[in-house]
Amino acid sequence: MKKNLFEKVWEAHSAGRLSSGSTQLVVGTHLIHEVTSPQAFGMLRELGLPVRCPERTFATVDHIVPTHSQTEPFSDPLADEMIRELRGNCADFGITFFDLPSGKQGIVHIVGPELGITQPGTTIACGDSHTSTHGAFGAIAFGIGTTQVRDVLATQSIAMEKLKVRRINVNGRLAPGVYAKDVILHIIRTLGVKGGIGYAYEYGGEVFNRFTMEERMTVCNMSIEGAARCGYVNPDETTFAYLKGRPYCPTGEDWEEAVAGWQSVASDPGCSYDDVVEIDAADIGPTVTWGINPGQAVFIDESIPDPETLFNGDRETAQEAIAHMKLRPGQPIAGTPIDVAFIGSCTNGRLSDLQEAAHYLKANGHRVSPGVKAIVVPGSQLVSALAEKEGLDKIYSEAGFEWRGAGCSMCLAMNPDKLVGDQLCASTSNRNFKGRQGSPTGRTMLMSPLMVAAAAVTGKISDAREVFGVSIAGSE
Amino acid sequence: MPLTKISNIIGRGIHLPGDDIDTDRIIPARYLKCVTFDGLGEFAFHDERFDEEGQKKAKPHPMNDERFKGASILLVDSNFGCGSSREHAPQSLYRYGIRAVVGVSFAEIFFGNSIQLGMPCLTLAKEDIQQIAKAVDQNPATLIEIDIAASTVTCEGEVFKAGQPEGVRSSLVEGRWDPIGELLENSEGVDTVISALPYMSRG
Ligand code: SF4
Repeated sequence: MKKNLFEKVWEAHSAGRLSSGSTQLVVGTHLIHEVTSPQAFGMLRELGLPVRCPERTFATVDHIVPTHSQTEPFSDPLADEMIRELRGNCADFGITFFDLPSGKQGIVHIVGPELGITQPGTTIACGDSHTSTHGAFGAIAFGIGTTQVRDVLATQSIAMEKLKVRRINVNGRLAPGVYAKDVILHIIRTLGVKGGIGYAYEYGGEVFNRFTMEERMTVCNMSIEGAARCGYVNPDETTFAYLKGRPYCPTGEDWEEAVAGWQSVASDPGCSYDDVVEIDAADIGPTVTWGINPGQAVFIDESIPDPETLFNGDRETAQEAIAHMKLRPGQPIAGTPIDVAFIGSCTNGRLSDLQEAAHYLKANGHRVSPGVKAIVVPGSQLVSALAEKEGLDKIYSEAGFEWRGAGCSMCLAMNPDKLVGDQLCASTSNRNFKGRQGSPTGRTMLMSPLMVAAAAVTGKISDAREVFGVSIAGSE
Repeated sequence: MPLTKISNIIGRGIHLPGDDIDTDRIIPARYLKCVTFDGLGEFAFHDERFDEEGQKKAKPHPMNDERFKGASILLVDSNFGCGSSREHAPQSLYRYGIRAVVGVSFAEIFFGNSIQLGMPCLTLAKEDIQQIAKAVDQNPATLIEIDIAASTVTCEGEVFKAGQPEGVRSSLVEGRWDPIGELLENSEGVDTVISALPYMSRG
């Protein structure tokens, strides 16, 4: 029987059927952070239970960490309480914690992969919806609620319904200046923000075969924005080359054995899917969101749609979005003035993201437009160290960006980095929900790192290809 | 682990119209700075209800409307609870006083989180929700009755057939909606899986 990766991993991790009909699924790797774990530890203590597999649980702190200075105590006593709570819980239960002084702290979805904790053929759960990121390695990785974090801590398993699998092929070549971020924004725009309910997305095709691991992560990260609980790419040589030598990866004979296992877990050629979608890479352009969900997006040369031309629920949501974003139907998206530019988050806070924008900023000697606040936030301390070694911090600082420490920063408002009033932010993050960036009236437009850089230097939403003269040689 | 059996929920309704209402709206991120869920109730939909000074917004919000005070059945549209996995979202609704949500459709993680805290989420056709919402709006004292076992929602004598996965229905009715007891019981099954997986057993 030919099987896809999801089916193989699901079967290998099934421990039985529960009376509700759900599967008891073993969670191979459990990642935790400060926001969604304290209550779970509280419940565990109430039940008087130990952590079943502390060696399969890894913790980091990301959401509440200030990025201008990581020194404790933080200015916010609530944030302080949360990091102390996590530290205490990890110490009490024997869990590895990539704490601030470790040099390994960062956004949980950046830390797992770069340390080699994220591996093909595994199940990964975390109390965070962007756990889908780890699917880039051919893992079945998904977000869970806090009560389920308790379940994993106590039993290393959860109750879960099997998902259907939708294969999404992106074939052809992306035009220069079109990035992984544009691919996923385009997929969400095409299939809708509800399109993935009940599905895992398997991404494939020529574009994904050529993608680096970091690009695959950007796409898988936003699977949840299209309502798919998880998204993955089959493991291949690119995956193994990325993982080789990472601290938590097997070595020697174990490595050979692991690679053989990882190869066998990939979807079998000719296996079946519940649905297949074909997308032509040539149809994808630099994409910008104009609304209050990630599906409300247009290409940089398009205009804000007229809600009257949309149907039912879409029309109402569009009306609400246009009112919140203070836009006019029919107005071109290019030229919209911005106040803030943010490069970072678990979607686009990895080294290659920071390199790409820095490359063009340096080559052109561009500077951030007066009146724009621009910040660059590496996704982890390791990313930060690598970027600084290459001098990216200097390139950004010279261009007028603030270079920050690792954390979630302006992706969401649990640290000092927040929008003020109705500021409009060109952002590489993944959610443009009302209030997401800290001000209830704040406005977010999602796009690729290079598009954010272009908006930063021009002071308005702009086509990065024009601003930076992106040539065929400059991009794949 | 003995749990309450959830079979009948009777209460007044409150309608929150709109598709794709995300968890950032249900509970804004700054209220996630907490180490317990206690006290989250008052922050449900905070930024939709209150301005920056904490005053009720000029734009009416059903949760600010005295007429719907004490309502325990939330009526919503499609893809309710999309976005983050934060259990703070259903927890804040529960602590606000909501005991069941009836909507056109729900985001998966929100749905699972809600069930695991014993707050059923049932689906109804959009027209049915609109009809019930209209009744509630005209007379906020209107009682809505949810029969979990029969998967029905009754309002003003009319019985609507609601949707919920069979496993969820039976686990609510039989008081097994928190799976931890069963998960703990099958420890051996977990061991078997672990020992067959090199990455877990390699240590
Ligand atoms: S960067 Fe944003 S989306 Fe990613 S984990 Fe942090 S808050 Fe969540």
